[in-house]
Amino acid sequence: MIRAGIDVGGTNTDAVLLQDNTVLAATKQPTTADVTSGVIASLRLVLGQSTIPPTSVDAVMIGTTHFVNAVVQRRDLAPVAALRVNLPAAARIPPFSDWPADLRDIVRGKVFMVRGGHEVDGRPIVPIDTAAIRDAARAMRAAGIASVGVSAVFSPLTSEAEDTAAAILREECPDVAITLSHDLGRIGLLARENVTLLNASLIPLARRTIAAFEQALREMGIGAPLYITQNDGTVVRAASAAAFPVHCFASGPTNSLRGAAFLSGLTEAVVIDIGGTTSDFGALVHGFPRPANNVVEIGGVRTLFRMPDLLSIGLGGGTLVDPTDPERIGPRSVGFRLTAQAMVFGGATLTCTDIGVAAGLIRLGDPQRVAGLSADFVRRALARIHAMIEENADRMKTSIAPLPLIAVGGGGFLMPERIAGFSGVVRVPHQEVANAVGAAIAQVSGEVDRVFTGIGRPAAIAEATRVARERAVSNGADPATLEVVEVEDLPLAYLPGDSLRVRVRVVGDV
Amino acid sequence: MSEPFTLTETDLEDVATGAWILGTGGGGDPYFSMLETKLLYERGARVSVIDPLSLDDDDLICCVGKMGAPLVTQEKLGDGEAIAETIRRMEAYLGRRFKGVMIWEIGGANGFQAILASAILGLPVVDCDAMGRAFPQADMTTFAICDLPAYPWTMVDIRRNSIIFTEAEDWSWMERMTRRACTVFGSVAATCKAPRTGREVKTCTVLHTLSKALRLGRIVREARRTHHDPVQAILHAERGVALFRGKVSDVQRRTSEGWLRGTLQIDGLDAHAGHVFQLEFQNEYAIGREDGEVRVTVPDLICVLDSVSGEAIGTETVRYGQRVTVVGLPAPAILRTPKGLQHVGPRAFGYDLEFRSLFPAADGGAACAPPPLEGLGREADQGWGEGCEHRRTPPPNLGPLRGPSPQGEGENPIPIPDNAT
Repeated sequence: MIRAGIDVGGTNTDAVLLQDNTVLAATKQPTTADVTSGVIASLRLVLGQSTIPPTSVDAVMIGTTHFVNAVVQRRDLAPVAALRVNLPAAARIPPFSDWPADLRDIVRGKVFMVRGGHEVDGRPIVPIDTAAIRDAARAMRAAGIASVGVSAVFSPLTSEAEDTAAAILREECPDVAITLSHDLGRIGLLARENVTLLNASLIPLARRTIAAFEQALREMGIGAPLYITQNDGTVVRAASAAAFPVHCFASGPTNSLRGAAFLSGLTEAVVIDIGGTTSDFGALVHGFPRPANNVVEIGGVRTLFRMPDLLSIGLGGGTLVDPTDPERIGPRSVGFRLTAQAMVFGGATLTCTDIGVAAGLIRLGDPQRVAGLSADFVRRALARIHAMIEENADRMKTSIAPLPLIAVGGGGFLMPERIAGFSGVVRVPHQEVANAVGAAIAQVSGEVDRVFTGIGRPAAIAEATRVARERAVSNGADPATLEVVEVEDLPLAYLPGDSLRVRVRVVGDV
Repeated sequence: MSEPFTLTETDLEDVATGAWILGTGGGGDPYFSMLETKLLYERGARVSVIDPLSLDDDDLICCVGKMGAPLVTQEKLGDGEAIAETIRRMEAYLGRRFKGVMIWEIGGANGFQAILASAILGLPVVDCDAMGRAFPQADMTTFAICDLPAYPWTMVDIRRNSIIFTEAEDWSWMERMTRRACTVFGSVAATCKAPRTGREVKTCTVLHTLSKALRLGRIVREARRTHHDPVQAILHAERGVALFRGKVSDVQRRTSEGWLRGTLQIDGLDAHAGHVFQLEFQNEYAIGREDGEVRVTVPDLICVLDSVSGEAIGTETVRYGQRVTVVGLPAPAILRTPKGLQHVGPRAFGYDLEFRSLFPAADGGAACAPPPLEGLGREADQGWGEGCEHRRTPPPNLGPLRGPSPQGEGENPIPIPDNAT
């Protein structure tokens, strides 16, 4: 099995070629403005290094931060319609409330609120107003809206209202792209709706980008299926990825986490990815990134959906060090201009890389250019860097028990050898392209997240598992390799008749 | 006595920050109500605040709050219009108009309900509340401590289903009846509590708590802006005590009898290294022990703040690894009286403990005696003790039932969706 893994970051596009579990070739190339040509260039390079013909590649996995960057940079976003099934509840804070004005002005096409939705105990708030939904759908068609986000009160408990709205939308405007909030988020109407609207706004870009990737693979003679990496560390077929671009938002850090797990063989650990500008901290649970349970702000919008629990601080190889105070470090960075501006490269800016060179932790550029730094200055700066790493790594732990800490990324030389609260610091081969490795080894998942009533806990979990396995196989997983990685059941105290929300996730190899 | 003032948009954010701190871990995040008020401001609404001490003795003041589970508010968001409606219905029932609206519970999301009603109805907010913090039940209020009548209440849901609770034996009964109705309404409902006279407001509430929330919020904002330590700024301004600084090392939660109960363990850092602080909570933080010794209990305010940002951390969201400072703020004097402690002392929460205030200088005094609260210099005006006699009489001027108040529905002040007719 030969797999190509590509991770497209804001600065670099990393690629690896894996034969089973062996890295055959790896490269790091600058990301290009159009994304696709950088992907092609890096793919050509790893294929060239390994002399594997394009036709022998069995699967291509691409992780991209393109969609989240589109939100952050306010570009390539489509105006959308928001349809909320809520009245008379939630009437006072309409969709797009508390969005940054510049983003709202781009994304806010039309807004509709209609009667319907559910109570916390599963009763309808009022009968759903299907006539108003039909009117809204016709108004969307008349306005030329291409994508719509649908939300309903308590849809994570029962998706009935959103499903009804979707059926009417499909009848009235068959070409419109529909995103339903219960497919994306949990309890918390506003944050769930926000991510639904961002998703709707990104669908046209996602379709174009993924079509361009497929086109590029065809032109290179690669006939293998294309998979896109997701926030949870798994992959989906390109077509499903295009429907949920928000599920790709955190694929960069997620791929690093998965790559770190694979390269180290560890499944329970904290991972630190030290790059040029930031250090990203995450946690592995059963070999997958631990999901976040809190509101995550994206481009200034509060969202709540399946994202890994990450912590990012301004500390990397290019991070600025105050020449007058070694304990003032960051958060600014020279970023990709490191090789022009850092002192060891002939520049005039003191960076963490210069400290690393002066301390003899790494050999880069001209060490003579930092020989003037006093030993005390270097020692204090390093102590501060280590303290920053130690404190934030500790924040990622959920219990007092010591865990291993895996260090990946180009700035790994900044890691201390020992760190309090951790059993040890683990370094891995190919750590500089751990994210591309993480993409290449990604598995396919099937997930069920549903409320069961009156059948008891064991039966509910068994049924959810059965459906999750089916979904994994239909997503392209090898049935022989299926494994249940997550079972979560949450008794719903307010719902009648012994109701249980069950979430099961199954993964398998491509 | 302070002059009336108008809340600015920045003030709304600051009140939210302060109300969340005064929530002592419970009461729900004021975010949605703050957002709703800001949207009303965008449409031109403004909220003015008056000093309770400026009221005439026979002015009639309403008191509003929201009941229900914070989880439900996450989906149904706010409904200031329902809060306003409870006031209209109370006016119709009493046949009298209100002079102002006071806050039921300053801590958490309820700190904003009177503000929302004010933004919609134009009634001024009276700068006081009935708890001075957050508590889970109606019998944990200054009104209950002063044995004021618990009725009538009006309750309205999102569909404008409405109930008037015309009489209740005491606050516990009112709590029981309204709690049941609230569940039927979908576990959230707007309520207008028993109306109060100006005299009762001046003597049986915690005065100037909206200003206090605003002041706390401003202190935190200013400290962050000038890169000072917000926690220190709070301690300094509110005469608080820093009890413990450390890292959350364990959180356990369970829901029983509709309360969120649990414990929180904090391992000491810096000066507290080697020591352990344990907090027990029942919706709000109720009791704190350092190395097993009781350090702080209700009704003193136990606030858990993010050590860096000064942001309050709620019992529903606190988690392992957070760097926190536990801060004690003085309980309002009325809560520290023997009668007050019957309602909100450690025993009211099931702990067989005497209340030992963190602020002994402010301790003492019989029930309903003038509080020796230093610094305020307003005790003489308060006429503390009057209105404290137990009584079960109808509220003043309980008139015949009348039609809806002439304020009517008013204009919809919210951004109108495209399908609005």
